[in-house]
Amino acid sequence: MTSVLIESVTDRFPDAVSASHAYRGDQTVVVRPEFLLEIARFLKEDPALQMNLLVDVTAVDYSAFGKGPAPAFFASSGVAVKPSSQIQDEDPWPGPPEKIRFTVVYHFYSIQHKHRLRLVIPVEETEAALDSLTTLWAAADWLEREVWDMYGIRFNGHPNLKRILMYEEFEGYPLRKDYPVNKRQPLIGPVN
Amino acid sequence: MQNNPSFLTTRLDKAIGWAQKYSIFQYPFVTACCGMEYMATACSHYDVDRFGAGLPRFSPRQADVLFVVGTISHKMAPVLNRIYDQMADPKWVVAFGVCTCTGGFYDNYATVMGIDTIIPVDVYIPGCPPRPEMVLDGLMKLQDKIQDHRVNGRRSEPEPRPEVFEV
Amino acid sequence: METEQTAEKPAELEIREMMLNIGPAHPAMHGIIRLVVNLDGEQIHDADVEIGFLHRGFEKMAEEVDYNGIIPYTDRLNYVSPLINNMGYCMAVEKLLGISVPQRCHYIRVILSEISRIGDHLTCVGATAMELGAFSVFLYMIKAREFLWELVEMVTGARMTVSFCRVGGVKADLPEAFPGDCAEAFKEVRKVIAESDGLLTRNRIFVDRMDGTGIISAEDAISYGITGPFLRSTGVEYDVRKDCPYSVYDQLPFDVPVGTRGDNMDRYLVRMEEMEQSMLIVEAALRDIPPGEVLANPETGRPIPAAQMVDLAKMGEIEPISGGCAVVGPTLEGSGRAQRSSIAVDEKRVFLPPKEDAYGNIEGLMQQFKLVMLGHGLRPPEGEVYFPVEGANGELGYYVVSDGASSAYRVRVRPPCFAIMSALSMLLEGEMLADIVPTFGSVNMIGGELDR
Repeated sequence: MTSVLIESVTDRFPDAVSASHAYRGDQTVVVRPEFLLEIARFLKEDPALQMNLLVDVTAVDYSAFGKGPAPAFFASSGVAVKPSSQIQDEDPWPGPPEKIRFTVVYHFYSIQHKHRLRLVIPVEETEAALDSLTTLWAAADWLEREVWDMYGIRFNGHPNLKRILMYEEFEGYPLRKDYPVNKRQPLIGPVN
Repeated sequence: MQNNPSFLTTRLDKAIGWAQKYSIFQYPFVTACCGMEYMATACSHYDVDRFGAGLPRFSPRQADVLFVVGTISHKMAPVLNRIYDQMADPKWVVAFGVCTCTGGFYDNYATVMGIDTIIPVDVYIPGCPPRPEMVLDGLMKLQDKIQDHRVNGRRSEPEPRPEVFEV
Repeated sequence: METEQTAEKPAELEIREMMLNIGPAHPAMHGIIRLVVNLDGEQIHDADVEIGFLHRGFEKMAEEVDYNGIIPYTDRLNYVSPLINNMGYCMAVEKLLGISVPQRCHYIRVILSEISRIGDHLTCVGATAMELGAFSVFLYMIKAREFLWELVEMVTGARMTVSFCRVGGVKADLPEAFPGDCAEAFKEVRKVIAESDGLLTRNRIFVDRMDGTGIISAEDAISYGITGPFLRSTGVEYDVRKDCPYSVYDQLPFDVPVGTRGDNMDRYLVRMEEMEQSMLIVEAALRDIPPGEVLANPETGRPIPAAQMVDLAKMGEIEPISGGCAVVGPTLEGSGRAQRSSIAVDEKRVFLPPKEDAYGNIEGLMQQFKLVMLGHGLRPPEGEVYFPVEGANGELGYYVVSDGASSAYRVRVRPPCFAIMSALSMLLEGEMLADIVPTFGSVNMIGGELDR
């Protein structure tokens, strides 16, 4: 099931889009990292799309996908709930990107046309860096700082890339799957 | 503590304690959700002013009770320590809400598991958030402590915390 | 402004800017923001906003606990309007699961969300007024908020951190006395709003401080990703309830107030009007709500007092209670087979069974076991969804990624006041020092949501 938004992006940038889907109605395009800035500019300035609101920038670490603790005995009989008849599920989710650790996920919204688009960019672990969108949307400033703080993904061209939620002395990137949840690094007081 | 307590000096100490307990100048160090219940306790329905504690001093140098209200993260901990150091003796600390008592259910990299690891605490008011009636109960316990502080001395030594807490 | 006079040249004065730290422990900063401003006299040259003092690791904790266990954490995000957060999260997971709750459940969620929204606006306007010196208005609004909290407590059991919604439904039904008590409470709230309006809206001091300060243009607001009353005060009519309607908002009549100039006064007026609109939504919802089940439904069986049913079941005597209907108050957890159809979806892989079934027959016991025990649990299909709701500050979105396990793989909250706070340093440049207070007050920064 294709839709207007995905089609316009795929037609304009055929070699940039590696996958697209509309799982549960959320139109999503998976794009190669080099094309991020061009596609973002197109989304913002094209009069048919006019995605003027950058809703969210976030990242997901797929290194532990599907590798949770082994389900308990008989747990496999609790199969995941199938969708109701109200939501057509012709478009299955393609799954996480192959062999790539992070994806950075952008959500856009257009106030005039009232449509949403999600942009998913797979990012390698070794050179985790992307272009910054601060020249197009001012919202990208703090949102990208948070992705840097929590995941360690750099944004080239960002005016002020430093930690925003954690303190500067903190070492490590807390939301990565290999950071243990209760490893505290206190500034004062004992490590409890 | 006094060297040779006599009848008159203990009565005087109790009188001073009585005056101090009904004129609490609190410094509300409010960070999180418990702040909403703190506001509810301080306002008309569950008035805390009838206990004499209704005037928050927004400077630590003018306050004698430090209400630590809401989760303290590790980024905030040095600030809390500095505020505590800036207060003049005699001073008391109330840990309001379970996040300040023991860290609450935020057992993760960012939260201080109980402010008594950083500063000494007099009264713990657990609850997430505690109902205003609980807050007033804690305040009354604090008042008992303030009443007798010149006679009994300051707070007793806190028991040592284990280095690593195994569940 | 510091002057330095040397003995040789008494006429030469050096002028430096003063750097002032309005630190995290400050009443007007609502506790957890550090503003470092460079001042030239009273004029601010630039302001640097530092946040993160209340970061509590919500997103990391969400990966540790199961899907229903995240609900108490979501309460504490925007803690002045906790039900809106609960509802947003539950609807995001329901979208992932592909299920949809019964109509009455939608109405219950909408009613309580709107009551939370009124509470949020009361707190915001009250706190702003207090910081500008109008202490009585704060006391009146907190009094009004207490009436609303008593309503919420009647339904959910807690005043503030309610944990009321569940994935696939809500915890309990509305009690019978709710519409009457709601009307009483709203009468009091309307009285308080009218009183505060009379005290503030044409008050010379209030108007002088709020009018013309903190102006933001619509293009700037959109560029910063600002939504909610802040954006609506600049003239852009974007409300998630109208533009991307969810739940039953498309069937309830209400207006969205929009300002013109984008200054603090417009935001105050937008919030005051939104409170009235929320009350109209609740009243319309209470009229339209589909009726719930009668407590002891004669078709499904004879009524049994709940305590007696439990005693019999524990003794193993299933026969007298099978097919019966427990008579309990509607707000009790897992209450009665009678209320089940109005508060929860009929999908047994998602919602706990009613207690009569959990005690009474083996299917109910198995359903309870499969949902509660460690290692089993609610397991959505693999996928990712984004679901936005209208929070009190703007578009509150939940992005949930699932890998088929019993706990979420990634939960991301899109906090509305994060965007507004990122614009704060731009808003404050060029203003006077005293304008920080009304501007920051009208931002309605809630720390739990900003820092998560």
